[in-house]
Amino acid sequence: MRVALFVTCINDALYPRTGQAVVTLLERLGVEVDFPQEQSCCGQPQFNTGYRHATEPLVHRCAAAFEGYDHIVVPSGSCAAMVRENYPRIGAKAAAEGRGQALARAAERLVPRTWELTEFLVDVLGVTDVGAYYPHTVTYHPTCHGLRMLGLGERPRKLLEQVEGLELRELGGAEECCGFGGTFAVKNAAVSSAMGADKVRHIEKTGASSVCTVDNSCLMHIGGTLSRAGSRVRPVHLAEILASTREAPL
Amino acid sequence: MNGRTNASSVTYVGMPTFPEAAEASTRDARLRRNLRHATHTIRDKRAGAVAELPDWAALREAGAHIKDRTLRHLDHYLEQLEQSVTDAGGIVHWAADAQEANDIVTRLVRETGEREVVKVKSMATQEIGLNEALERAGIAAYETDLAELIVQLGDDRPSHILVPAIHRNRGEIQEIFQDRMGRWGRAAPEGLSDDPAELAEAARLHLREKFLRAKVGISGANFMVAESGTLVVVESEGNGRMCLTLPETLISVVGIEKVVPTWRDLEVFLQLLPRSSTAERMNPYTSTWTGTTDGDGPSAFHLVLLDNGRTDTLADQVGRQTLRCIRCSACLNVCPVYERAGGHAYGSPYPGPIGAILTPQLDSLETGLDASLPYASSLCGACYEVCPVAIDIPEVLVHLRERVVQGGTATVRGQRTTVQPAKGHAAERAAMRAATWAFDHPGALRAGERLASRARRLVPRRLPGPGSAWTDTRDVPRVPPESFRDWWRRTRGGATGTGPDQRERGTGRGARSGGTVPREQSGRTGADGRHSGGGPDGGGRRPGGRAGGSRTEGGGDEQPEQP
Amino acid sequence: MSSPSSRETVLGRVRRALADVPRTERPEDVPVPRDYLRVHGDRDPRETARLLAENLADYRARVHHCVPSALPETIARLLARQGSRSVVVPAGLPDSWLPAGVERVHDSAELPSHALDAVGSVVTGCAVAVAETGTLVLDASRDQGRRRITLVPDHHLCVVRVPEQVVGSVPQALERLDPARPQTWISGPSATSDIELNRVEGVHGPRTLDVILVSEEGFLL
Repeated sequence: MRVALFVTCINDALYPRTGQAVVTLLERLGVEVDFPQEQSCCGQPQFNTGYRHATEPLVHRCAAAFEGYDHIVVPSGSCAAMVRENYPRIGAKAAAEGRGQALARAAERLVPRTWELTEFLVDVLGVTDVGAYYPHTVTYHPTCHGLRMLGLGERPRKLLEQVEGLELRELGGAEECCGFGGTFAVKNAAVSSAMGADKVRHIEKTGASSVCTVDNSCLMHIGGTLSRAGSRVRPVHLAEILASTREAPL
Repeated sequence: MNGRTNASSVTYVGMPTFPEAAEASTRDARLRRNLRHATHTIRDKRAGAVAELPDWAALREAGAHIKDRTLRHLDHYLEQLEQSVTDAGGIVHWAADAQEANDIVTRLVRETGEREVVKVKSMATQEIGLNEALERAGIAAYETDLAELIVQLGDDRPSHILVPAIHRNRGEIQEIFQDRMGRWGRAAPEGLSDDPAELAEAARLHLREKFLRAKVGISGANFMVAESGTLVVVESEGNGRMCLTLPETLISVVGIEKVVPTWRDLEVFLQLLPRSSTAERMNPYTSTWTGTTDGDGPSAFHLVLLDNGRTDTLADQVGRQTLRCIRCSACLNVCPVYERAGGHAYGSPYPGPIGAILTPQLDSLETGLDASLPYASSLCGACYEVCPVAIDIPEVLVHLRERVVQGGTATVRGQRTTVQPAKGHAAERAAMRAATWAFDHPGALRAGERLASRARRLVPRRLPGPGSAWTDTRDVPRVPPESFRDWWRRTRGGATGTGPDQRERGTGRGARSGGTVPREQSGRTGADGRHSGGGPDGGGRRPGGRAGGSRTEGGGDEQPEQP
Repeated sequence: MSSPSSRETVLGRVRRALADVPRTERPEDVPVPRDYLRVHGDRDPRETARLLAENLADYRARVHHCVPSALPETIARLLARQGSRSVVVPAGLPDSWLPAGVERVHDSAELPSHALDAVGSVVTGCAVAVAETGTLVLDASRDQGRRRITLVPDHHLCVVRVPEQVVGSVPQALERLDPARPQTWISGPSATSDIELNRVEGVHGPRTLDVILVSEEGFLL
């Protein structure tokens, strides 16, 4: 099985520990992981802001970088959703604009092989107990694109429930958006901040010491809001909890 | 205040862009409280009403497809409808835009010799500003839905499709009734309290005298059945029944997308609409009528079929699905943006997610407000999830964002037009292009990441200028000392990460340029090689054993310093 | 009438907007999957009638049961409870249903709305009743009368013949109804949720809805 890590640009630049955690975790599970260095950003910020044409070179780059791998694992719900949901749309629109089938074909090659991390663990590897140890109270925020575009469902919870020492706390209003939304966070900063403040209130109410998601972009917004509020709740990507063990705790 | 003079736009005159309006409304604590209470109440009830039907997904699928069939053959169904309404004794009028619709209705009312009309709540007549047009012609239009009455008496604007006065609480409503009812007719009873039942009773008494004397009623319609010529109005209070049956003349102004092919198709929509809208198994009253009936109800029936930007929307193959909308307002009730910004920030009678895609399309994105509406969403997708006719609102939002910043071709008032990108996005466009360039040149990206890492101690948690939009309320993440990319190269060396084919051949990075990867990569990799295994941690260091502080506490996202 | 040009303008725009639809495609070529249920649940007529009673009551209609011979006394009791001295009567309503001593106001096209407003109650039959939604459908047949008579008086008393007038679901109801007739679908009394989404019964329609389910002896609910 040839597995490539698509670390995503935000993890690469700001949260390398998440990428490192995925490598640790997958290797612990006996998976040989590769990191194709030609990879870059999935193009979501451009696409979601309306710059579809500016996204196109990145679709080509992504297809080329991951050519030949059986599976592409993405520790980000929204980036995985970008590839799976929006790449085919970009391809179809380019074809409709009379610019050929190349993008559509690139999308076709990527879609069936692209997995969000929890999907890869539960659906491909068939594991929910990954041998993790994280002796803390944790609340889980299901990020919107993972929840609604990918339909991750219970996968993240199933994985968390098997973590030794971890106590999962129910998050009120869990399925409500945290207010990040990419460029929305700055274009509509007032509404975004109000949503973030409400999300953080719910997180504080759980009494958990960590809040966990499958998306560091949302976590950047939640964490930044928590930090500004002087909260002690620790924002942590699910991969980092799953990588944590008794021998090498997070 | 609820007037509109700009006939070519469905937005209100002088409205600021969405972010400007929302900036103010999110600070209004009372509004936030009213909206939060109301939207959460109805949202939970809806979930219960939908859960009662195990075949909801199949009904939703059927609803979407019936609408798609209708829209793809709209000319056929409109002609069929016109024929069947005419056969049943109705008179059909066509209006290409708001102005024309208003002129037709004004003329029809004048021909009756009446100076006042009673109105059933109708989105179409709000969209065209009919009340104001009638007022200019010296005709008084009385809104009879309780919430619309609250809005009209309060000289206010509706802020929700189903519950137009959702932004008002009982105390505010009591005040409006006490101060204003007398100016419009029967005054509120002495000592009126803020009890909802008492407030509803006051409205009953105030409006009854208007119902009993009205000679002309004006309505919209939820559905029009092409095969039979039947119109359907779904309501709760009975004001609709009053307006539809007591007057001598009935004028219905209906958007052309409201047609459905057959009577049988109502079996889908009469299940989807009430549960999505008021979260009831069935709304208290549904009226259906086909032309006129001798001795029962109005003796004259006029149907005004309204385009007003709908055919432009129809011409856009992605935007077309917007016309499936049955105005249930479920998308408003689950929208986190609507809940905080409130309906007025959307600047038109159509608030919330559906407004964010419908208003700019009806308007051909001509105003600054129109251009800001597609961005009034975090793309969380909750609206799509609850939409009973499966309108992929996030897809349409992104599609319209493209029209704003990229331009392209669109149909404007029936003419195929080349649209220029909206002004004011030049800096963003340049930034987006630069980002794409950097992401398409990983060497440059890596250099940028290193620069940021080196300067990371200098990045403050609050930024000046445009960055303050983020840091006014949120800290910026700490830049780590080393990117993932560099960590991989340092710890794993250059022997991997070159693609499975090359790795199989064990050729390492030297073979990379032969693959499908752009050629310019290969030249840069050598320079980075000095990090590979160069330090004490080189090769094999795992991240798991590293103590990591919280990203947001003092230490931030601490990574070990590079050797 | 609008100018013929507006009609042609709108239809012309529609046709141009649909340039992507193949000319050969017919409306029925667009698939409509109809794999939703005709009725939710498997019930016999008695269970369906029980569900109707339950759902009517859930939306605050007052539900009563009786055999045909007890109908007049049931109606008399309910009119007395309401304190109504006058009743609007559709032309086709059996006269034997109504008690003596109650003033009958006959439904007619000439009856002014103001006069209707002064009447206490209205008694009607119905066309069909829908169990799943607790809905009564009136289609202006002779035992139901003109639409406004069930609207202006404050008390509506509706007689449903069980089981023959009861169907399970909305799809089953539409099958029985003729769109050419004006219809009023009634689910509970008039209501509003416009004030803080609090449900308040009785805005403009009748504030009290009494439903009498009439069935033969032996068809026990």
